[in-house]
Amino acid sequence: MSTDHYSIFSVLREALRGHTGWKPAWRDAAPKAAYDVVIVGGGGHGLAAAHYLAKEFGITNVAVVEKGWIGGGNVGRNTTIIRSNYLLPGNIPFYEHSMKLWEGLEQDLNYNAMISQRSVINLFHSDGQRDVYARRGNAMRLHGVDSDLMDVAELKRILPMLDYDNARFPVKGALRQKRGGTVRHDAVAWGYARSADGRGVDIIQNCEVTGFRIEGGRIQGLETSRGFIGAKKVALACAGNSSRVAAMAGMRLPIESHVLQAFVTEGIKPFIDTVCTFGAGHFYISQSDKGGLVFGGDIDGYNSYAQRGNLPTVEDVCEGGMALMPAIGRVRLLRSWGGIMDMSMDGSPIIDRTPVEGLYLNAGWCYGGFKAVPAAGHCLAHLIARDEPHPVAAAYRLDRFATGRTIDEKGMGAQPNLH
Amino acid sequence: MRIACPFCGPRGVDEFAYLGDATVKRPNADAPDALPAFVEYVYLRDNPAGLHRELWQHALGCQSWLVVTRNVRTHVIDQVEAARDVAAARLSEAE
Amino acid sequence: MSQSNRLAAGGLIDRASTIGFTFDGRRYAGHSGDTLASALLANGVKLVGRSFKYHRPRGVLTAGSEEPNALVELRSGARREPNAKATVAELYDGLEATSQNRWPSLAFDVMAVNQLAAPIFVAGFYYKTFMWPAKFWEKLYEPMIRRAAGLGRLSGEADPDSYEKITAHCDVLVIGSGPAGLAAALAAGRSGARVILAEEDFALGGRLNSDRRTIGDKASSAWAADAAAELESLPEVTVLRRTPVVGVYDDGVYAALERVSDHMREPAAHQPRQRLWRIVAKRTVLAAGALERPIPFGGNDTPGVMLASAVRTYLNRFGVAPGKRAVVYANNDDAAATIADLAAAGCEIAAVIDARGDAPALHAAARAAGASLIFGGAIARAYGGRSLKGCEIVDGRGRGFKVECDLIAVSAGWNPSIQLTTHLSARPVWDDRLAAFLPGARPVGMEVAGAAGGAYGLGEALAAGAKAGAEAAEACGFAAGAVDIPATDPEPGDTHGRGPWRSPVKRGKAFVDFQNDVTVSDVELAAREGFKSVEHLKRYTTLGMATDQGRTSNVLGLALMAEITGRSIPETGITAARAPFTPVAIGALGGAHRHKEFRPTRLPPSHFWAEEQGAAFTETGQWMRAAYFPRPGEKDWFETAVREVNTVRTAVGVYDASTLGKIDIQGADAGVFLDRVYINAFSSLAVGKARYGLMLREDGVAMDDGTTTRLGETHYYMTTTTANAGGVMRHLELCKQWLWPELDVHFSSVTDQWAQYAIAGPRSRDVVAALVDEGFDVSNEALPYMGAKELTVCGGVKARLFRLSFSGELAYELAVPARYGDAMIRAIIKAGEPFGICPYGAEALAIMRIEKGHAAGPELNGNTTAADLGMGKMLSKKKDFIGRTLSGREAFQDPERPSLVGFRPVDRSARLRSGAHFVPRGETPSAANDQGYMTSTAYSPSNGHWIGLGFLARGPERMGEIVRAYDPVRGGDIEVEVVSPVFVDPEGARLRA
Repeated sequence: MSTDHYSIFSVLREALRGHTGWKPAWRDAAPKAAYDVVIVGGGGHGLAAAHYLAKEFGITNVAVVEKGWIGGGNVGRNTTIIRSNYLLPGNIPFYEHSMKLWEGLEQDLNYNAMISQRSVINLFHSDGQRDVYARRGNAMRLHGVDSDLMDVAELKRILPMLDYDNARFPVKGALRQKRGGTVRHDAVAWGYARSADGRGVDIIQNCEVTGFRIEGGRIQGLETSRGFIGAKKVALACAGNSSRVAAMAGMRLPIESHVLQAFVTEGIKPFIDTVCTFGAGHFYISQSDKGGLVFGGDIDGYNSYAQRGNLPTVEDVCEGGMALMPAIGRVRLLRSWGGIMDMSMDGSPIIDRTPVEGLYLNAGWCYGGFKAVPAAGHCLAHLIARDEPHPVAAAYRLDRFATGRTIDEKGMGAQPNLH
Repeated sequence: MRIACPFCGPRGVDEFAYLGDATVKRPNADAPDALPAFVEYVYLRDNPAGLHRELWQHALGCQSWLVVTRNVRTHVIDQVEAARDVAAARLSEAE
Repeated sequence: MSQSNRLAAGGLIDRASTIGFTFDGRRYAGHSGDTLASALLANGVKLVGRSFKYHRPRGVLTAGSEEPNALVELRSGARREPNAKATVAELYDGLEATSQNRWPSLAFDVMAVNQLAAPIFVAGFYYKTFMWPAKFWEKLYEPMIRRAAGLGRLSGEADPDSYEKITAHCDVLVIGSGPAGLAAALAAGRSGARVILAEEDFALGGRLNSDRRTIGDKASSAWAADAAAELESLPEVTVLRRTPVVGVYDDGVYAALERVSDHMREPAAHQPRQRLWRIVAKRTVLAAGALERPIPFGGNDTPGVMLASAVRTYLNRFGVAPGKRAVVYANNDDAAATIADLAAAGCEIAAVIDARGDAPALHAAARAAGASLIFGGAIARAYGGRSLKGCEIVDGRGRGFKVECDLIAVSAGWNPSIQLTTHLSARPVWDDRLAAFLPGARPVGMEVAGAAGGAYGLGEALAAGAKAGAEAAEACGFAAGAVDIPATDPEPGDTHGRGPWRSPVKRGKAFVDFQNDVTVSDVELAAREGFKSVEHLKRYTTLGMATDQGRTSNVLGLALMAEITGRSIPETGITAARAPFTPVAIGALGGAHRHKEFRPTRLPPSHFWAEEQGAAFTETGQWMRAAYFPRPGEKDWFETAVREVNTVRTAVGVYDASTLGKIDIQGADAGVFLDRVYINAFSSLAVGKARYGLMLREDGVAMDDGTTTRLGETHYYMTTTTANAGGVMRHLELCKQWLWPELDVHFSSVTDQWAQYAIAGPRSRDVVAALVDEGFDVSNEALPYMGAKELTVCGGVKARLFRLSFSGELAYELAVPARYGDAMIRAIIKAGEPFGICPYGAEALAIMRIEKGHAAGPELNGNTTAADLGMGKMLSKKKDFIGRTLSGREAFQDPERPSLVGFRPVDRSARLRSGAHFVPRGETPSAANDQGYMTSTAYSPSNGHWIGLGFLARGPERMGEIVRAYDPVRGGDIEVEVVSPVFVDPEGARLRA
């Protein structure tokens, strides 16, 4: 299971022999009879958890089971943004932990995921909105996270293409996190998979969980399309389908599945250098290293497992785009896709034990799961290995809905489609 | 997606506002277990990957709340009922 | 201006109309009916673009929207349009096209040095390198990569053209106007059904115009023209040319994009550039045809290598010979027509290579054309760089030789255009006989006809189309008779290319995805590294991700991966498409929603009057509200707002409060109903009285507040905040229709029906008295604080007068039917003049409500409870109400919860800012010491210093304590004193005066 070390030298060496010497990035493993830990879901979170379990906690008798191909879910269908510009104390430390892990990820994994800290700029359009962003920026600072307020003059330098003169909701400034940015999303899944595999983790693709074996309130293993797999501990990292999988263990979750659409345009020469979000409509945008404008908006707003949305949302997002930057009118939308979001009841995630002993839950990521990948993996691994939550994820409890300690960034209450 | 409002006829989804699961019932606030019952009512959902009974309002139309039975894998709608009829039927059953 | 490659005769172009255009600044001529590609080929221009990664010279591969290579920038200035397909762009007089992704010129592109590094730049190389030193990625490597990436350029200027959207309903939507589409549209259209025929090309006919076929006694193109004319004559048929259907959505909703003006220099007056059609169709016939597949071989991207079917399109439709000496390389019989058409056009055919071995159809065609036929051979490599010069051929026995040529026509069978069948997640099905994916489950209401459904033959396509069109019309209740399909000429033979999928000889780069420079070896590398599923292949190599959406590469890449890994094609994966079918300008999807028209603007009744007064306005949701009314000599909003506050506090002012949500509530159970939605009681409210109410969400958090007045025994009038008006109305309807259908209560939103003015200040009673009609008493006794009356004003205008105060002064709200709103404000000002009245805006209003400690939007932020807002005592213990039970949760009882208090700066000259966080005095600012935040601040003219409202942990217990208001994002860090949130008239004497 030795893996190639990736570097310019290995690439040059392989270039001389027609790239015939590369090994598979990860083995296509078949399931063993039993593991210490089985992680359900070969997406970013599950693969990252496997990596940290092996690397940091020395637990290598681990399998990641994935019903399709790894990285085919939300880690492969998102708008690639990373940021830790949160408002509430339950969230900031966690996402900042994630940001710090992103900052060292390439060296940690020996895989270039093209982490690009090109800033995330949240525009505001009224005095009230400015104050809300100031509160957020100050909260970030109190947690040691970078943030700054930008005025219109500075915005005009950095984002000259915005509609400053004739807008329905004039731009009045922005909150910026310079360390925010984008990541090549697929590479995150592959990088974690390769690293975990190199440390002995079995990545088992095309293996769908069909049930759990629970005896005396304790997990014994899982039934899969490739047979029973014994496990001392099982962790769910299958956002989008958390409710379905948890139901097999007899649980109801504070989660609805919703579809979020995202879009990319044809490749164009450099146009926008930062991530920018519109404060008066549902629209956010960045440009990929390949030149496509990557953008999105709001969820469609109804329960869905269909991985596709409807036309009104597409129009709404593009209307926001045209209102914000009318210079994108002539660039063409090339592809759209839909991802299934675990929309939790307060808009925040869950990383916690469950009533079933040995069964752990990582769920409810709404549309914020991608930026969370490293920390979610790390905190889930911590929870599995130590049986206690990592301090930065301590607020992500399953019982917070009963106690009232919900973490509601948008203040929308128990209505998932508004988070 | 189009929803056949029983009062206005089929209309585009952009005329409707979504609320969510129509199978949860507001518990009796005076019952001894009211608090856990309300937690379940407000927060816990079956979230099935199949037929889903859900509340929509014809917000840009007649304001009627509707119970829509829809397959959330395919978005195919099987049935649309006026919420007040469903609620009234529930009420008369309870009596 | 010679068109050296234009044939002397033939084609569907208008030779009488010669039009000029430029490419990279050089002037050329073409004809109406040309595409840019056909006109360039007519002028002998073969080099049209550069590829994405290696900057290899590229020409025209296809004759349609599947084109991966011939991309240009169209137009100039703010209308510059990157990545336009020359094969789709319709020629117009004065068309300007520029090549892209090259420097300094198309012929000499410095970035072509990338080809030297091609051994390194293989698929996925960037994941393995650029990691050391870590800092260099963002400083050096990434900027380099970003500059090199992308193809065309945006202008950076606002798009000057307009776009619009239209919604259309029809019985039958027919997509595509080839033989199947025309037959379907005729069958359905003749029945009287409402038919929309959408065709992406500017001409109807599809391959009927590209091939020399015969239908009945007519040339196929003439039959198409006749069919088009008949369709145009049918009153219920709408023919949309230049209109690709780009997306399929649930329940028969289709998106189509009409290129209204793209074939003109600029849109005609009042015409959009493009129009987005939202088509709602009961039935749909998909007749999108099929696209030919290429065969990868070394140098297969050299300008001059073209799909065999595209060669026929250029010959027959455009009257252009894409080459003078051709080699034909095919694995099926379809190329026989290309051979015949080339020969008929006078082109020399140097060689015909049948990859299968001896097959009679190609044999006969080659013999007829006088070409040498090479059985079972292959092209090893094409050469020529910027323009094809020849190729190396290996014959069936392995002997190699060179042939000079300037055109290679390739054909590897067809891919049905089934993309629109998969937009709703249906999976296509692989058909071994056709060696192609066919539609699997279809979207509800859709039938597939013709080549898109695997019926490649002309006769079968016509028949399938007619049948599908008739059935679709019948399903909509129309009687469609049998459509008479004339006989067609003999079909070409076996046109299903069942492989080989690539040239067996590996020499040089063989491209699978042309635009993204993905080669056969990249597919092999992906397989070696474990990226074997089609999803991994696409993502790892970028195969199929270019602007052609993989039209020519997806199935090929899949087939190659299957071959390399020894699996069947279905085992390897399937290719499902997502919207859009063809790229769509964002401007078209945005439509008219830009600039000021992005969202509707709501204007309160006094708006035009306020404009006359020179008011400054501010957006509040969709509303425009007057922010302040400057007077000459006032230097800024601050001075004006302070003056307005002082006027209200000492004399009288008027404010347009009409933006508040207003809901009329009637019914026998209205009081009981309100008891259940508000935390406090309303059934006990006396008629003619108003009460402040707070409503919660079911989770116990404050949702909205306002006053509700009991106008009669069964009649209440509720006001909500401006922002939540719609949400509250929706909530009330839900409560009534779903939770308590047994209650007799009904609601009407009357926000737009009533103009409502706040008249506030010690002299307000005088103003009101001057307005009400004789006989109505507005004295303190007759209309005390929180009283309400229905009366008439200004000589009989029905009105409602409420004794409500947001400002804290003696105040009234006067409501009149909205049509009197403009007249009313003028009357109020006139009546108030003797008392020194001034209008005041949202700024003064905000100052006064903060002075009075009233919670508003910043305090009702979706996370605060009644207790947090200082209204815990209002929570009724006697009744159930929405939010009551969950208010009892542990966290809601936590004494550490931040609660609403007031603040004033210790240094009275200091300014307070909302958004600052509270840190205990003497402590380091940190997360652990974060005790709350400031929500609202204002300069208080009444106090002569800044004041604030905010939430502070255990706030009410800490009166008089000094804390830090920490605001690092604005460089603020000042000491503030915790005080009562009521800064003016805490006893409320003024408002009861």
